[in-house]
Amino acid sequence: MSQVNDFAFKIATANGTGSASANGLIMQAIFRMGVPVTGKNVFPSNIQGLPTWYEIRVNHRGYTGRTSRFDLMVALNPATYAKDIAEVQSGGWLLYDSTWPLEASLRRDDVQYLGVPLAAMCNEAFGGVRERILMKNIAYAGVLAALLAIDLDEIRGLIREKYGKKPALIASNDRALALGYDYAQAHFACPLPVRLERMDATKGRILIDGNTAAGLGAVYAGATVGAWYPITPSTSLMEAFRAFCERYRVDPETGRKRFAIMQAEDELAAIGMVLGASWAGARAFTPTSGPGISLMAEFVGFAYYAEVPAVIADVQRAGPSTGLPTRTQQCDLLLCAYASHGDTRHLCVYPADPREAFEMMVQAFDLADRYQAPVFFMSDLDIGMNDWMVPELTWDASYRPDRGKVLTPAQLDGMKVFHRYLDTDGDGITARTLPGEHPKGAYFTRGSGHNRFGAYTEDPDEYQDVMERLARKIQRAADAVPAPAVQPADTTTRLGLITIGSCHAACVEALDALAEQGIALDYLRVRGFPFADSIRQFVDAHDTVFVVEQNRDAQLRSLLMIETGAPRDRFVSVTHYSGFPISAQHVTAGVRARLERHA
Amino acid sequence: MTYLPKPRVQHPALTTNAIGLTRRDYEGALTTLCAGCGHDSVTAAIVQAFWELSVPPHTVGKLSGIGCSSKTPAYFLREAHGFNSVHGRMPSVATGAGLANSALALIGVSGDGDSLSIGLGQFAHAIRRNVNLLYLLENNGVYGLTKGQFSASADRGSKSKKGESNEMEPIDPVLVALTLGATFVARSFSGDKAQLVPLIKAGLAHQGFAFIDIISPCVTFNDHEGSTKSYAYTREHQVEVVHADFIPRREAIEAEQPADALTSVVLHDGSTLRLRRVADDYDPADRDRAYAAIRERQQHGEVLTGLLHVATGARDMAGQQQLPEMPLYQVPYDVLCPGADALAQLQRRYR
Ligand SMILES: Cc1ncc(C[n+]2csc(CCOP(=O)(O)OP(=O)(O)O)c2C)c(N)n1
Ligand code: SF4
Ligand SMILES: [Mg+2]
Repeated sequence: MSQVNDFAFKIATANGTGSASANGLIMQAIFRMGVPVTGKNVFPSNIQGLPTWYEIRVNHRGYTGRTSRFDLMVALNPATYAKDIAEVQSGGWLLYDSTWPLEASLRRDDVQYLGVPLAAMCNEAFGGVRERILMKNIAYAGVLAALLAIDLDEIRGLIREKYGKKPALIASNDRALALGYDYAQAHFACPLPVRLERMDATKGRILIDGNTAAGLGAVYAGATVGAWYPITPSTSLMEAFRAFCERYRVDPETGRKRFAIMQAEDELAAIGMVLGASWAGARAFTPTSGPGISLMAEFVGFAYYAEVPAVIADVQRAGPSTGLPTRTQQCDLLLCAYASHGDTRHLCVYPADPREAFEMMVQAFDLADRYQAPVFFMSDLDIGMNDWMVPELTWDASYRPDRGKVLTPAQLDGMKVFHRYLDTDGDGITARTLPGEHPKGAYFTRGSGHNRFGAYTEDPDEYQDVMERLARKIQRAADAVPAPAVQPADTTTRLGLITIGSCHAACVEALDALAEQGIALDYLRVRGFPFADSIRQFVDAHDTVFVVEQNRDAQLRSLLMIETGAPRDRFVSVTHYSGFPISAQHVTAGVRARLERHA
Repeated sequence: MTYLPKPRVQHPALTTNAIGLTRRDYEGALTTLCAGCGHDSVTAAIVQAFWELSVPPHTVGKLSGIGCSSKTPAYFLREAHGFNSVHGRMPSVATGAGLANSALALIGVSGDGDSLSIGLGQFAHAIRRNVNLLYLLENNGVYGLTKGQFSASADRGSKSKKGESNEMEPIDPVLVALTLGATFVARSFSGDKAQLVPLIKAGLAHQGFAFIDIISPCVTFNDHEGSTKSYAYTREHQVEVVHADFIPRREAIEAEQPADALTSVVLHDGSTLRLRRVADDYDPADRDRAYAAIRERQQHGEVLTGLLHVATGARDMAGQQQLPEMPLYQVPYDVLCPGADALAQLQRRYR
């Protein structure tokens, strides 16, 4: 059983009951006590009435990955009682609403039951159905404060920040909080052995979700046009972009908006708008998820061939088809790397957490402009929609967007002729111009065969000439996309572990655990595509490379094999595709299972 | 070889307009369409209209989808940026371009296949948004580029070259546009330059989505007897109801009202549309009556042409979006980026 500042608890409710804000309150209060904390929201694809869970993990070492071991279960949804009770660790606790008796069959001998008549207390204290339901959430927050020693003042402070100008709301929240807190103090031995103690480990850190951070990144990158078609789990990225733009981009004098957000009729139109806007000189992007990428595929190939910048944020969810739209996966790795018909290959960036989401969103725009190509920003539901503890975001005031080779009217004035696809300096990247600026800048953007001068062609040599340059251009980007993050083991080892994106949190924790068990692994996290040479070198330097990823078919391993040419038997897959974020335990077990089999 | 000096006659194509450009300056690459294709006549009308308006070619963005019709932006305004996009998706590209640069004059060329089948959704939504775009649909009732299949605009009973009869109801883009609230709706014929050129000029000056459906026969696949989109059929059944004369701003002041004028419409840039009623009882300001009149005449096998509906004063996309005067793509980065201090301050809420 874990103890002080090292435990996890889970809150089971039905969605639409307003529990989200109570859960957020608990998380943030713990964070303000200086104790590292993460939350994972496990929710249904539904608006009201289906089971939803919120998992909170407290860890003094700062591990932020998901854990599947829960010390305390707050079981408030009778529909999932059986399942929830089964998930409690032996020796753990179960908090339930004792307004109604708990069936004897649901009792476990190795779990302590803590009954609090939440509904009865709130029905007595509050009037109106909605208020009673909402205050029940705050009441269980009060119970948890007593049980886990969460500082009540922190919760009260947060309530005041939230409802600053609504004294009536503050009063009822305070009351509900006290109801729960006092009941627990009076009836249980508070606090429990799993509990909090103030620390100083969250200074310089924030709690933020990746979609908010990515939306902010788009603002800081100078994006002015966003086009989208709503799809979970990417929706809140555009909502964040909109909110930040409303805050920072409205001209105070005229009320005019220095941004445009277009809700398109579908994803085909969303990407079309992005290409039109980029072609006309704006920084433009579209957030979506797997099904949207499928629809965008034709235009993505167009953008590759006609060399139009575009930033496409894929907040991945479990597929195929509608799949599990509210569950996380990394299942579009192959799709995005080679999206579209014909010979195409695309730049991708793979953030591991919200801080990287912020930074890589900015990088994605620079890459798109520099390489005049679509760039996939590959996040996932876990990063995008959950609150992560990350170092504060920082901004380099000297940053200026890299707009790539865009000729100005003055430059065009001095030129005899301009040819859109002529590589004058051998780097594979050709200069572009913007419409409306200069008569000499005109060119014809087309998906049909064109030669280096931009003219229509069906000539094999002329066609291949452009295709080969494009291949070179994209390959060169391998050194410009975010470099892999490498962490060598403390001792020399022939074992390596490669992962990507949101698996990072689970992997670093697993590596520590394995090291303690005497298993040393060098670690590499892929952060960009095309792969840098150092990835191939890492693979070559190890006899066995574990590849940890969140999809069924080991897509990262496929990419590694295709792109590095390393033999298949070099790799051992540790996959996870339940829809829940991967845990360190899963990684550790996967690695151990293989090593034990070959021992 | 004998040498003959060229006669010293000024060729009409060399007459200059107000900005000193000749018609040649508004042309593009040589056409690769079939000789006699209606689309080439539309291209000629576009050249004429832009030349007459003295629009600097490089201030225009010309866009299209896929099809013979969609190839034509290569054949006019060589100094304008072109965007030959993917099949049926030109409206979204134009929408994005208009958001990024609201000062760009946008012209989109499409076909009946491009607009009414694969692209029907984007066509509809560009109308809904009132994108500031002149949209020309070169309508031949077939997919020319894929060799003559019926398109969704083929009339019921119209015969294909192989003799098959189309049994399905057509989608009439003009009725669609009216239903969706397009603010400028016209129909014309590639063979009627006198009608088409002023319509194109008026459409360009219109603020918002200006739609012109142009019957533009496909000589190779749909110009035979039994086709309702042939040159012969269109000539015979075309009935002009309202003729639009476009009078640019600087001339508008002097222009006097001719006796048969129905009404004058002043456009946002100060230019005037003088509408001449050719047929009786037709009022292009009344959307519902326009719709009814078109339907009624259709039942008699007639194709109403001219400026069928115009409504001024509606907010275009840039207005709806409350975009600034300065095109978005020109707004300096320093103005767009909130800066390091703002970021530090913002993050208090995430603690
Ligand atoms: C996605 C896709 N599907 C099919 C095609 C093949 N295709 C090219 S042009 C065309 C029809 C064009 O018809 P229309 O717009 O009427 O143009 P027209 O050639 O008649 O002027 C089709 C189906 C394509 N280019 N792209
Ligand atoms: S096939 Fe028809 S539409 Fe295409 S160029 Fe020839 S005549 Fe024109
Ligand atoms: Mg056609």
